[in-house]
Amino acid sequence: MPVSLLWAVDVYGRVYSLSTAGQQWEQCRDAQMEIKRVTAVQQCCWGIACDNSIYLNVHASDLPVRYQEETYENQRWNPVDGFSDRLLPSDRWQWSDITGLQHQPLDSFQLPSSSWEWEGDWYVDENFEGEPTEKEGWTYAIDFPANYTKDKRWNSCVRRRRWLRYRRYKAMDTWAKIPSQQTTLPDPFSDISCGGWEISEEPRGRLSLWAVSLQGKVWFRDGIYHHNPEGSLWEEVPLPGEVVQISCGPGDLVWAVLWEGQLIVREGISRDCPKGTSWAVVESPSPDVGATHVAVGVSVVWAVTKDSKVWFRRGVNSHNPCGSGWISMVGEMIMINVGLNDQVWGISSEDRGVYFRQGVTSSELSGKTWKAISVPRDGDRSHSSKGSADGASCLVTSASPESFVDAPSDPSDPAPDPPKPRIPKVTSDSFISELVSDREPGKPSKEVAPPAVVEEESTAGEGGVRSSSAGGVLSPSQSGAPLEWSNVDLEEAQGQQVPAGAVQDSTDTCSLSSVATYTLAMEDPYGADEHPLWAWVSGGGCNVDSHYQLNWFNCSLNMSCDLSVTPAQTAAWRKQIFEQLSERTKREMDNFRHYEQSVWVKKGTMQWWRDWKPHKWIDVHFALEQFSGPEGNKDGILFIYYNFYEEKKYLHAFINEVTILVPVLNDSKHTFAIYTPERTKQRWPIRLAAATELEMHDWLALLSVSCCDSRGIHGPPSKQAIWSTTCKGDIFVSEPSPALEAMPYPTPSDQMFWRQVGGHLRVVECNSVGIVWGIGYDHIAWAYTGGYGGGFFQGLASSTDNIYTQTDVKSVYIYENQRWNPVTGYTNRGLPTDRYMWSDASGLHECTKTNTKPPSPQWTWVSDWVIDYSVSGGTDREGWQYAADFPASYHGHKTMKDFVRRRRWARKCKLTTTGPWQEIPPIPLSDVTILPCAAQSSMEVVPLWAISNKGDVLCRLGVTALTPAGSSWLHVGTDQPFKSISIGAARQVWAIARDGSAFYRGSNPGYCWYHIPSPSKQKLKQVSVGRTSVYTVDENGNLWYRQGVAPSYPQGSSWEHISNNVRKVSVGPLDQVWIIADKVQGSHSLSCGTVCHRLGVQPMEPKGQSWDYGIGGGWDHITVRGNSMEPPRIRLPSLTDPLPALQSPISVRNTEVNGNPVGC
Amino acid sequence: MADDKDVLRDVWYGRIPTCFTLNQDEVTEREAEPYYLLLPRVSYLTLVTDKVKKHFLKVMKAEDVEEMWFEYEGTPLKWHYPIGVLFDLHASNTILPWSITVHFKNFPDRDLLHCPSNSVIEAHFMSSIKEADALKHKSQVVNDMQKKDHKQLWMGLQNDKFDQFWAMNRKLMEYPTEEGGFRYIPFRIYQTMSDRPFIQKLFRPVSPEGSAHTLGDLLKEMYPAAIPNEGEQKRYQVVIHGIEPLLETPLQWLSEHLSHPDNFLHICVIPTPTD
Repeated sequence: MPVSLLWAVDVYGRVYSLSTAGQQWEQCRDAQMEIKRVTAVQQCCWGIACDNSIYLNVHASDLPVRYQEETYENQRWNPVDGFSDRLLPSDRWQWSDITGLQHQPLDSFQLPSSSWEWEGDWYVDENFEGEPTEKEGWTYAIDFPANYTKDKRWNSCVRRRRWLRYRRYKAMDTWAKIPSQQTTLPDPFSDISCGGWEISEEPRGRLSLWAVSLQGKVWFRDGIYHHNPEGSLWEEVPLPGEVVQISCGPGDLVWAVLWEGQLIVREGISRDCPKGTSWAVVESPSPDVGATHVAVGVSVVWAVTKDSKVWFRRGVNSHNPCGSGWISMVGEMIMINVGLNDQVWGISSEDRGVYFRQGVTSSELSGKTWKAISVPRDGDRSHSSKGSADGASCLVTSASPESFVDAPSDPSDPAPDPPKPRIPKVTSDSFISELVSDREPGKPSKEVAPPAVVEEESTAGEGGVRSSSAGGVLSPSQSGAPLEWSNVDLEEAQGQQVPAGAVQDSTDTCSLSSVATYTLAMEDPYGADEHPLWAWVSGGGCNVDSHYQLNWFNCSLNMSCDLSVTPAQTAAWRKQIFEQLSERTKREMDNFRHYEQSVWVKKGTMQWWRDWKPHKWIDVHFALEQFSGPEGNKDGILFIYYNFYEEKKYLHAFINEVTILVPVLNDSKHTFAIYTPERTKQRWPIRLAAATELEMHDWLALLSVSCCDSRGIHGPPSKQAIWSTTCKGDIFVSEPSPALEAMPYPTPSDQMFWRQVGGHLRVVECNSVGIVWGIGYDHIAWAYTGGYGGGFFQGLASSTDNIYTQTDVKSVYIYENQRWNPVTGYTNRGLPTDRYMWSDASGLHECTKTNTKPPSPQWTWVSDWVIDYSVSGGTDREGWQYAADFPASYHGHKTMKDFVRRRRWARKCKLTTTGPWQEIPPIPLSDVTILPCAAQSSMEVVPLWAISNKGDVLCRLGVTALTPAGSSWLHVGTDQPFKSISIGAARQVWAIARDGSAFYRGSNPGYCWYHIPSPSKQKLKQVSVGRTSVYTVDENGNLWYRQGVAPSYPQGSSWEHISNNVRKVSVGPLDQVWIIADKVQGSHSLSCGTVCHRLGVQPMEPKGQSWDYGIGGGWDHITVRGNSMEPPRIRLPSLTDPLPALQSPISVRNTEVNGNPVGC
Repeated sequence: MADDKDVLRDVWYGRIPTCFTLNQDEVTEREAEPYYLLLPRVSYLTLVTDKVKKHFLKVMKAEDVEEMWFEYEGTPLKWHYPIGVLFDLHASNTILPWSITVHFKNFPDRDLLHCPSNSVIEAHFMSSIKEADALKHKSQVVNDMQKKDHKQLWMGLQNDKFDQFWAMNRKLMEYPTEEGGFRYIPFRIYQTMSDRPFIQKLFRPVSPEGSAHTLGDLLKEMYPAAIPNEGEQKRYQVVIHGIEPLLETPLQWLSEHLSHPDNFLHICVIPTPTD
């Protein structure tokens, strides 16, 4: 998991953050004033400062928050002036928005607040629907409004062009006041809560912000989006009473506490109405004691009552936001906060420390125990030593204990632990000012440190006070801390005049006392430094879960992890054991090396999808027999014993012929497929089904190890390896032999051996220095760590290092179908011939909300079914799409001719696995490309480009072979969102925009994008650039080659059609071309998603000649960009010869151009 | 000086050359050739003899075959003891290869457990590991492991993967430094001269005074006869993994390094051969 932050405020109004990877509270230094409360989400943190205004701290990101302003310049032709800005009186404004209704001159655009800045000046957009326009960017039409074209025609009477200007949010990582343009200013705010980002599918950034004013009114901040982080205006929300505190979860849960102690729950919150519609009242957990605080998550509610008791609400979910009942929890808190993943933090009423609720999982939302977060705050040490010195001098100059009575005014120690009544339940500015007034005038406020008290020494301090005459003997370093402590005690004891009694008294009243908390202090040596001071905590941006290893708690369990117990290396007994063991080896083994090693056999029963018709699953006995080959290499044979008309028969496969093992988990059977070259040609693998998932994984792990053993493949994949992913997200890797790209006889692709690597990815890209990046289905980017195994290769065939937890999230879709009838309108009663009323996209299979399962047992649901509005074709407000009949093309509004409608429901599911991948937070990506380089390239920093899932172009800085994850992103501006990108060996960058056109640029940041139209009537979707070759794939599955690319003319001249039925293309550093193709016919079956290799690709013939078919179907992505291994010379095929470094490979190949016999 | 890890490796890769011959009384269609195999000391007979079975089944009729069992010089061999223990107990100081007789009839139900499948071996193996951990860590370590971790231990043994096995087993060998060792040492002392299968009692690796217990201390308490009196001829050999560690070897070290994969220290006390 990426690093994220927990935010907290102490009672002095200082804001601190604690990183999930850190072990120290970092103070937020740039806060101009004290902050009372914070509410954090992942991308920003909101706070109420002591001026009662709301401040926003947007975390700096490599991806800037930028907003494109646009306006249109409209002109009409007249015979005198030609085109001019003299329009007809009935026409639109000269400067308008796209509809023409809004008057929008350039100078009417103002920055929304001082937190924004312009990126540059206005300029004309010269791109029109993917086509470059003439220099001035005009598009022409007969009249307003009409269809515009980029070409001027004889009847073009009007024209318009688009002006663009970007503004950028600049107030990053700083507390910026939210401007309030409203005339009716809300009262001063007293509470604030942020959430709601899961209400809609909107990319991260849409937030709900709820605030409570001092008068108990509730306000909702409207219009907070990624592009508008400040939001636009406050709307008052009517209330049944006066609210003291409010809490908003990531989804549609909003609860608030009334002054009278009841709770109210917001109902009717939805995508269209994030503000909700009404309140429902829930009684306080305890009939006599009102609630003072509430905290909500996705589907949890926690509350605190006036007596500091903690309560957990049962049965809360989106359908029942009120829940069903309260459960009393252990612990006494003043406040609680629920963060991401429904994790819980609290501030204890006893010691004002921040506590984390351990063991909160989706199945056990209430968690197990409270655990104190015991890490120091930055600056603690220096403060503490300073305070010590002060205290020591006090002692030395003091003559009697009584004189200490004055000591509490010591400014370095302003009431670090006032008795409980002095700590208000709700931190208000009055409290802060109270504290501030404690400060001695004249002392810089910076000196006001948290109480620097070391508990363990407090008894010594006590002693120091009693024998104050001996005080002069104590050195400052010894006495400092205890003295401060005594100061504290004396403050408490002002009326008592008895120092010892005072200490005793404070022991009773506060947990800081040495006696009471000695054991606590043992487990957190830093705890004493910052004990009693937290006022507020917010975990809304803190991404941890129950598996996450946090270093916030000092663990005392000190297990010896070393196998050897510091052996006396020379002890006689040890020597004896070593000698005898080697004797034993000699005696029992040396003379018997020729004996066969025992044979390992694993047997089991499985089901086999039989080869003959009618195909069906039949029970078989399955056995793997492993033995040592003549050269000591391990080998094996697979046996499948079956009955054929009562006759016992068997099928076998040699382990060294198996090319791949593919898990095909689905919800009904635990199946996997075994391919050999022969079976690949047939497109008909051996398909087996195990009884349980565990059994299947056992077999797969064992078979995979056997296959690797027999081929002598061990350890991590090489830098040259070819990576691919299947449509199930499984990752496979193959070691290319030098002969793979040989001419004219390359290794057939169906002989490539693929082994699985743990993890789950949609896209994987690599280059030949071993940098590999992947992108999950949830767009999270991952960098390869150099390990191998993971996933179900637990232990066996897995590296023990470099394996991490990986998660992925994807949506499952089902369709609700309805037919119109004249009586009742649209109902779920279809015609007898209709599809299922709840179905998959095809309508052929029934898929209801209850019977639809996650894609495989590895996936678990993480959300409820929600209507999906982001369907192509558009939807109405309820998500419906209309059509004349099933199946037909659907549109988002009802017309007279529509008799059926459907809507799509989506439910998210999550997979947790392990693999050699580490997350690259925080920007989600949709594509990535790494510079392909020569095999022995000594390149230091490797260019890596990516496209964010919003379409921004990004360049990763600091990527080297040693630091494949790089350091940060550099944003590269574009005028429209992109979707695919590829960098070639000469650092030329090609990209595909969302509108389907191509862009080219040199990799120098100074270069600009050169717009290249797509092939006629086609929208491109993917690009791959090798050494010089540029290939693209369009949305209709055509593969295109860019003709005429030359060093002097790098953008090329035209697109040449190469092939159809292509899904993806990968061009390597040798300009080798590999694709994922659909509809590949094998001898037994047809396959979709097949790896294919372009044959006959040579420098003089970069388009190649034909396809060679490899593994598939079900493959989704391949990258050959790591394979820069030059093929061996043809005349000297021996592999021991050095590669033709001096001799030009081109001249050698040219001699073979005409002799290519590899047909297809 | 070699590393302690080499001891683990030597222990794991210990092999006993074995010659399997078919019992004379078995009905065969033609004469059965003897079968030679290197048996891993730390494994179990029934786990590694599939090939032996296959070899002899070739010459037998299916109806003559019942459950296979093994015998050495009249003693039925208990498959649920590690192979190395069987060899040390019954056949050390004999000429190699170890000659084992294979039977397919008259299964000695009174002496041997049935072993219908590998899952029985797995269950036995895992229960030994759990028992050992109960002694060592009050079962805390083994209970904290996941199912797949348990599986990894078993798969490591079954597939002869030292690294995979030890990647997990090392956790079972940890202990809090301040305690100087396990709670109790999981050990079993075998002897040929007794009806008792083995001696197993609670024994701590560290004495109440804080000094490390040795192999000698253990034997003194469990099997005093195994320790030769002053000036007396050595009557017994104390054999672990085919070697005789010195009596002053610390027990904790032995438990960590010379235990079988089932986490027990299997100690064989056999009479000194009279040449």
